[in-house]
Amino acid sequence: MGKQPLLSAKDIEIQFSLRGNILKAIRKCSLDLYEGETLAIVGESGSGKSVFTKSFLGMLDANGSITGGSIMYEGVDIAKYKTEKEWLTIRGKKISMVMQDPMTSLNPLKKIGKQIEESLTLNQGLRGEAAKKEAIEMLKKVGIPDPERRANQYPHEFSGGMRQRVVIAIAVACRPQILICDEPTTALDVTIQAQILDLIRALQKELNMTVIYITHDLGVVANVADRVAVMYAGQIVEYGTVNEIFYNAWHPYTWALLSSLPQLGVKGEDLPTIDGTPPNLFFEVKGDAFAPRNRQALAIDFEEEPPYFEVSETHRAKTWYLDPRAPRIEQPDSIKRLREQMAKAR
Amino acid sequence: MFKYTVKRLLQSLLTVLIVVTVVFLLMRLLPNDNYFTEDQQMKLNIEERTELLRQAGLLDPIPIQLFRYYGQLLRLDFGTSRRIQTGVAVMKIIESKFTVSMRLGLTSMAISLVIGVLLGVLQARRKDRLPDHIVTAYTIFVNSVPHLVSYSLILVFGARVLQLPSMYSTRNVGKSIILPIACLAMGSIAHYALWTRRYMVDESTKDYIKLARIKGMAQKDIMLKHVLKNAFVPLVQYIPASIIMTVGGSLLVERFFSVPGMGTLMTDAINRYDTEVVQTCVMIYAALGIIGVFLGDIAMMIVDPRIKLAGGGETR
Repeated sequence: MGKQPLLSAKDIEIQFSLRGNILKAIRKCSLDLYEGETLAIVGESGSGKSVFTKSFLGMLDANGSITGGSIMYEGVDIAKYKTEKEWLTIRGKKISMVMQDPMTSLNPLKKIGKQIEESLTLNQGLRGEAAKKEAIEMLKKVGIPDPERRANQYPHEFSGGMRQRVVIAIAVACRPQILICDEPTTALDVTIQAQILDLIRALQKELNMTVIYITHDLGVVANVADRVAVMYAGQIVEYGTVNEIFYNAWHPYTWALLSSLPQLGVKGEDLPTIDGTPPNLFFEVKGDAFAPRNRQALAIDFEEEPPYFEVSETHRAKTWYLDPRAPRIEQPDSIKRLREQMAKAR
Repeated sequence: MFKYTVKRLLQSLLTVLIVVTVVFLLMRLLPNDNYFTEDQQMKLNIEERTELLRQAGLLDPIPIQLFRYYGQLLRLDFGTSRRIQTGVAVMKIIESKFTVSMRLGLTSMAISLVIGVLLGVLQARRKDRLPDHIVTAYTIFVNSVPHLVSYSLILVFGARVLQLPSMYSTRNVGKSIILPIACLAMGSIAHYALWTRRYMVDESTKDYIKLARIKGMAQKDIMLKHVLKNAFVPLVQYIPASIIMTVGGSLLVERFFSVPGMGTLMTDAINRYDTEVVQTCVMIYAALGIIGVFLGDIAMMIVDPRIKLAGGGETR
């Protein structure tokens, strides 16, 4: 990809102080985001997916801060932003976010229309009738029937899926360049999930947005993403196009994730699980963070942190397996099966 | 809504009736020696006194007295005072006292609502920092020190240092009302600050506040337009009800500063066995309390769209 990235995070470090202890939630994380693409960030709970992307809009909790690295966006390093005033030039206007739980994301005491208008007033300076009209227009855009009437209703009169549509309407009301969707469908039931994904995809096309999905649902990833970044213990361990990650992954953690997909299980065999728990990020991690849970870990995995190795121009993995000096390690059967299935499907 | 109001009204009447009956019966438990002035007690012998009590109907069997009293109430006849101002209609006596108490109560309520909520907002904005700690210390002080002690402190400070009158006087209402109001407000300021802070801190951690931030709203605006407004909902319910709190609290404060209000009247009436006055006073207190709670419910319904007052048992 010769294109210039739209947003480029480099070696981001984020720390939280909890009762005098320092938690290194993000450890030198780098990510390039290209215009118009859909990037999925996957990883287990606590891997830092949310925290990492929240730092793009300065939404870290009060006890957390970016302690290193840079986030270049429109020629400015926004990781250096300190004051609220600086962040308000970005938040909502250029980068916006959809959160997980639509049931609690709306102010229960304000009319739906008013909540969208608030965003329009803040970011586009629309007031009064103009704002009202635009809010109704937004509701129509996100597929809410009878928007004129619905705009005058309160959140409790909406179902979960409808509320998530409203939250999306608020997030995209001011035409952001980048939309971060933090597990937008986790709290919804399966039929509604598909509708919401379709809606985001349609809006992405219509408004020419770049979308980051945060999810641990690999089904969603396969469905919507162009590129995938796999996060583990505060680092991106592998990234590539969706095909490269699903069919030619190299990081043992990505293997483990994919192998535990029920669709790949073999009849009669137990579904593989990942042993152990993620490392405690209050302590310094030595070597590859995944090594203690990896049955095929190399000796060096416990000693030294691996660099990124290039698999292809768009695909990199942070594992010693790809070092030319490493013993030859086969991709596990499940990954091969995936590739075969893929080949057959073609 | 109409159905709910009617139902509520009937319930309220029943409550008032029960309160009045209980007070009526309690009054009959008191020794009726106090019916007579010291003068009369010296001069009259037992027979003469019994005769007077009999004439006043106080020696009739209790149920008969009670039903006679109910009959009076039905005719909206609240009787005449026997000892406070002999022969004067109870309502007339109460009328003048009520204005004094209400002026005291409402002023202190308005003041404490404004100051209390402002302090609460300050606390929520500066949570876990010095202003928060100072107001919390004040709240704890007010709630843990016995009222008589803190009232005495205010009295000494006000009278000695600020040279304010320590007794209420009808000739100098403006100045002499300051200390009673300060005493009344002291407690409710702490109360409002505590609850405002609590509800605001509660609200400010909710998800919709995060969405407001994502929208690009400044923290100051979020506090005002989202947090404070929503924190006010649970508070609103108690504001009308606290009218009764200030009137009730005035029992002590009025005695303390010799304010000629309802509280003083009622304690006097109890001391002097003026049954009619006591019963009517208590009835008014009960009615005020009930009206306060009812207004609180209505206010809740106005500020919170999720609440619809139903005709059925469920109100929330």
